[in-house]
Amino acid sequence: MDFIDFIISLFTDYTTRTIGMGTAVLGIASGTLGAFTVLRKQSLLGDAIAHASLPGIALAFLITGIKNPFVFFVGAALSGWLATLWIMSIVNNTRIKSDAALGVVLAVFFGVGLVLLTYIQKLPNANQAGLETFLFGQAATLIKEDVIIMLVITIFSLLCIFMLWKEFKLVTFDPQFARSIGYKTNLLDFILNTLIVLAIVLGLQTVGVVLMSALLIAPAAAARQWTDKLGRMVVLSAIFGALSGLAGTAISSTGAKISTGPTIVLSAVFIVFISFMFAPRRGLIAKAVQRGKNRHRLALNKIFQSMYEICKNHDNPGHKHSLAILKTLPEFNKRTVRVLQEKDLISIDKKRDWCLTAKGLKKIEEMTDNEN
Amino acid sequence: MLNTILEINDLTVAYQYKPVLWDIDLVVPEGVMMGIVGPNGAGKSTLIKAVLDIVKPVAGSVKLLGKPYHKVRSKVGYVPQKGSVDWDFPTTVIDVVLMGIYGKLGWVRRPGRREKILAGEAIGKVGLSDFTNRQISQLSGGQQQRVFLARALIQDAAVYFMDEPFQGVDATTEKAIIGILKELKSRGRTVIVVHHDLQSVREYFDWVTLLNVRKIDSGPTDKVFNNENLEKAYGVNFNMAVTK
Repeated sequence: MDFIDFIISLFTDYTTRTIGMGTAVLGIASGTLGAFTVLRKQSLLGDAIAHASLPGIALAFLITGIKNPFVFFVGAALSGWLATLWIMSIVNNTRIKSDAALGVVLAVFFGVGLVLLTYIQKLPNANQAGLETFLFGQAATLIKEDVIIMLVITIFSLLCIFMLWKEFKLVTFDPQFARSIGYKTNLLDFILNTLIVLAIVLGLQTVGVVLMSALLIAPAAAARQWTDKLGRMVVLSAIFGALSGLAGTAISSTGAKISTGPTIVLSAVFIVFISFMFAPRRGLIAKAVQRGKNRHRLALNKIFQSMYEICKNHDNPGHKHSLAILKTLPEFNKRTVRVLQEKDLISIDKKRDWCLTAKGLKKIEEMTDNEN
Repeated sequence: MLNTILEINDLTVAYQYKPVLWDIDLVVPEGVMMGIVGPNGAGKSTLIKAVLDIVKPVAGSVKLLGKPYHKVRSKVGYVPQKGSVDWDFPTTVIDVVLMGIYGKLGWVRRPGRREKILAGEAIGKVGLSDFTNRQISQLSGGQQQRVFLARALIQDAAVYFMDEPFQGVDATTEKAIIGILKELKSRGRTVIVVHHDLQSVREYFDWVTLLNVRKIDSGPTDKVFNNENLEKAYGVNFNMAVTK
């Protein structure tokens, strides 16, 4: 099945459509909230929340005894949210820094989750199989009801962000100023963190606890490369997230039996790679080009100024000098001299002697004036 | 006698059990331009943050315009330290300046055309009109400081708190900023500035508070800013600090 077939099957095939919609919605939710996570420098928090949701899923199963996506969802959200609160309280109340707090809480929760998982696997209950799919996710298990839950939660999150747009922006950019004008920054942090937990938990069934944070961070990191406006970054991040979801579903549905979650994450990483390389201004290539241009301009200015220094020693500014003199300068190369000649700042005669032109003299005076 | 704009009683602030400010009593009259001066770690920034409810004090009370802070927020302007935010944040000059109005807008409501005109005026006052839609990471340190100043100007406050507004700015920008502060003072506004450069204290401020965890002294610059008090605030290193 090639890509065209995938597009067609999105409309015709029920399973593909469900999975495609689910992953796209997931991408939108995680892309949008990921933008704030990245800007708040909380990228690792996403990873901790995702891992920390595992014991919640296991406990939800142990307590209720049923395998229901919604039950798992609630368990995961509570456990992820508890981990977030714990991390925040460690950072606020002790001298332990956030990276250490994240590391410890992640390990504790994930460890407990794995222990509970192995315990469940040994229970004499046929119903048990399948919980370990939450480790790496299994998009194929998505059904219409799951997608509806995802859609409702995503719309709720987007609505919150739309309503509290300026509040979230200020509390992300300058929390101290936000407090000084009376913003309840703790409350806003709490709302934003809750939304982030929801977005992560949405993706556990599809992408899994191990890789979910990538889907939160990657679209946002890519989007940051393309724009300098928060609004555009958030929208772009959502689009990248949705594209990753669709591309991952498409590639894994080509029959090669590759699991969807990792493919979605790899698609997102591919978008990051493209963005880091090719984005205008912030991309690596754009930066290299800019550096080259700067270097060339500097060399040009420097050699031009050196030429002026040489000419200054003569009363007659039109006095000719040999090109050979310039060869002692480190900035000298044929290109710089040619460019100066093309710009009509110097003239070179047949004997390979040069002098500054009238235009060149005027230009150098302007340049020195600007410096003073 | 001048009216009191800021009254601090027995203020003590601690980070992790270590006192940063100890038992501060302070009265600041309306309309002064006050410098808060003291060595590194003296608690100068913390004093401002405690007044503005950003840091919770262990003990003590603060009254601004005779009322608790949360009742007079809309009459206060704040310029945080430039280094306290990430200037690579995806936003523009006018967008940051508009944040100064957020407090008056209330929840959910967004700034509209009227607010944008006000922001444009504030940007003009600090001389950044050509940079209105520039991304903030593309500004120089001095320009970034002016953006923060414009954001405070748009707050149209009765009293301004500024945390080291001259740090990392060139002489031209410093002159421009001090010009704006003096204009605020001439319009009857109170300006309170955390300041590092002892050389310029006499020139800039008519009121000074010397601080080193405890309050050393506070009052008119002529009376308070003397060698004895500086010695108390800076200890043995005082001479080095001034001759530098």
